[in-house]
Amino acid sequence: MSGPVTPRGPRPARTSPARWGLYAFLLITALFFLAPLYVMLVTSLKSMDEIRQGNIVALPVSLTLEPWIKAWSSACTGLNCTGIRVGFFNSVKILVPSVFVSIIIGSLTGYALSFWRVRGATLLFGAMMSVAFIPYQIFIYPLVRVFSFVGLGQSLLTIVIIHTIFGLPTMTLLFRNYFASLPPELFKAARVDGAGFYQIYARIMMPMATPMIIVAIILQVTGIWNDFILGLVFAGRENLPMTVQLNNIVNSTQGERAYNVDMAATMLTALLPLIVYFGSGRWFVRGIAAGAVKG
Amino acid sequence: MSASRFRISSRLSAASALLPAFLVMGVVYIGSTSWTVWMSLTSSRMLPSNAFVGLRQYEILFSNDRWLTSVHNLVVFGLMFVLASLAVGFLLAVAIDQKVRAEDTLRSVFLYPYAMSFVVTGLVWQWLLNPTHGIQKLVRGKPDTVIYCLVIAGVWHAAGLVMAIMLAGLRGIDEDIWKAARVDGLPAWRVYVSIVVPMLGASFATAGVLLSTSVVRLYDLSVSMTNGGPGISSEVPAKFVMDHLFERANIGLATAAATTMLITVVSVVAPYMYWRVRKAGVR
Repeated sequence: MSGPVTPRGPRPARTSPARWGLYAFLLITALFFLAPLYVMLVTSLKSMDEIRQGNIVALPVSLTLEPWIKAWSSACTGLNCTGIRVGFFNSVKILVPSVFVSIIIGSLTGYALSFWRVRGATLLFGAMMSVAFIPYQIFIYPLVRVFSFVGLGQSLLTIVIIHTIFGLPTMTLLFRNYFASLPPELFKAARVDGAGFYQIYARIMMPMATPMIIVAIILQVTGIWNDFILGLVFAGRENLPMTVQLNNIVNSTQGERAYNVDMAATMLTALLPLIVYFGSGRWFVRGIAAGAVKG
Repeated sequence: MSASRFRISSRLSAASALLPAFLVMGVVYIGSTSWTVWMSLTSSRMLPSNAFVGLRQYEILFSNDRWLTSVHNLVVFGLMFVLASLAVGFLLAVAIDQKVRAEDTLRSVFLYPYAMSFVVTGLVWQWLLNPTHGIQKLVRGKPDTVIYCLVIAGVWHAAGLVMAIMLAGLRGIDEDIWKAARVDGLPAWRVYVSIVVPMLGASFATAGVLLSTSVVRLYDLSVSMTNGGPGISSEVPAKFVMDHLFERANIGLATAAATTMLITVVSVVAPYMYWRVRKAGVR
């Protein structure tokens, strides 16, 4: 996705008014984009007294980590005061198998679609690409019924299957496009040497697809961690993901709201995707670009 | 193993690998969609029933105040959100494309909101616009302005995505255009308006379709930021469907609303897909 080479090295010293305007625009927008993160952080480090009296953007006079500790281990959802850590561990439990299974199934589907002639493959691929755009609301009720009919109901297994189903179009597209860009001789040579379908997949294709696997992991980890609606409907009360619990903690409090604890809990929920984002750098953009070309 | 037996077993393996995908297509894409559409033509309330009532649910739906408010909100939100995100994203991409310092840092700053969930976005902006402590002290939020708050939060979340798409498009444009424009003495803004924007048609279309589909899906943001309130002033169709499915136990009405959403999305996406397929076919 990277474009042609841009000139590097020392630039000629010229700072025209237009240049100043450009930097002023970029600086102001950058501040607008950073403001919510900043406010979230300073609010989470203040005491409630300070929040009541002070300005929302002011730095904390006396730093306190108590809101973070409270958010993690004793924030209340209704009468249940066990903190957001419950949601955190639920999200981890959902995330790990969902990412793993959805990438295996997606890459296998992409591989089969790019090298093998199977009846109905074109129809299948077209259907998958169209469905990527359709709102979940169309599928949710029938799927709830199907899962309760087969006896899974709302459970960890259900939500893993659901994430695999809804991750399938993007994952398939990602791997299909990658495999389609590989030289077909590679595949033919493996066939001549007598390798079977799954052997070629496991021994040749997947090791070569490491960059795509990284992109897929980034996409799925952020996507599944940030999911709200699917977790709400399919995970069941015991396994509600962190996003759902966060919303419950913040929006269903009776009495005075502890904004500092709310913001600490929000930060905690945003932490993993932010780490993935800042840690992965351009890989994240690659993932978006790959996901954005769906259709 | 003989050659032909080998081939057959490999073909079977390939078919077996596609089994999950075919299952998903049959059960989810075709099965669930048809069932939802069928349910919308029945009198189902708490439990699904097969009593056919024609388009009765749609008549009820389009005389339902809450639904009409939801649709109105979606149109207002959608137009403002898509246009503002495209405009902000494009301007940011153009600004960053001027060989500025700290390009990577700026890109990260504009894109990081997109890495976070809508729930986090909604809660942060709810706090920023909090009537007693936050900016809304100045803005004085009223029910008829609440949807604009959602727009601000949405643009903050999505503008970076548009920027990334546009920047990729800009970097793909031939540098010679700039030389030619300089020879002709065209000012930079003219080049952008008359040459670059038309050349970025595909990027605009991709970004526009992505944003539009996220508009129809809008749910988490409304739930976390305002929970549809004050009153019903920030209700959205996706929330209407969820509430009528799980809280109000009115399956017929909920599926009629879901089907209406489906038709809307198809009417946006179908021309776009057609255009892409044709373009790919011509090349």
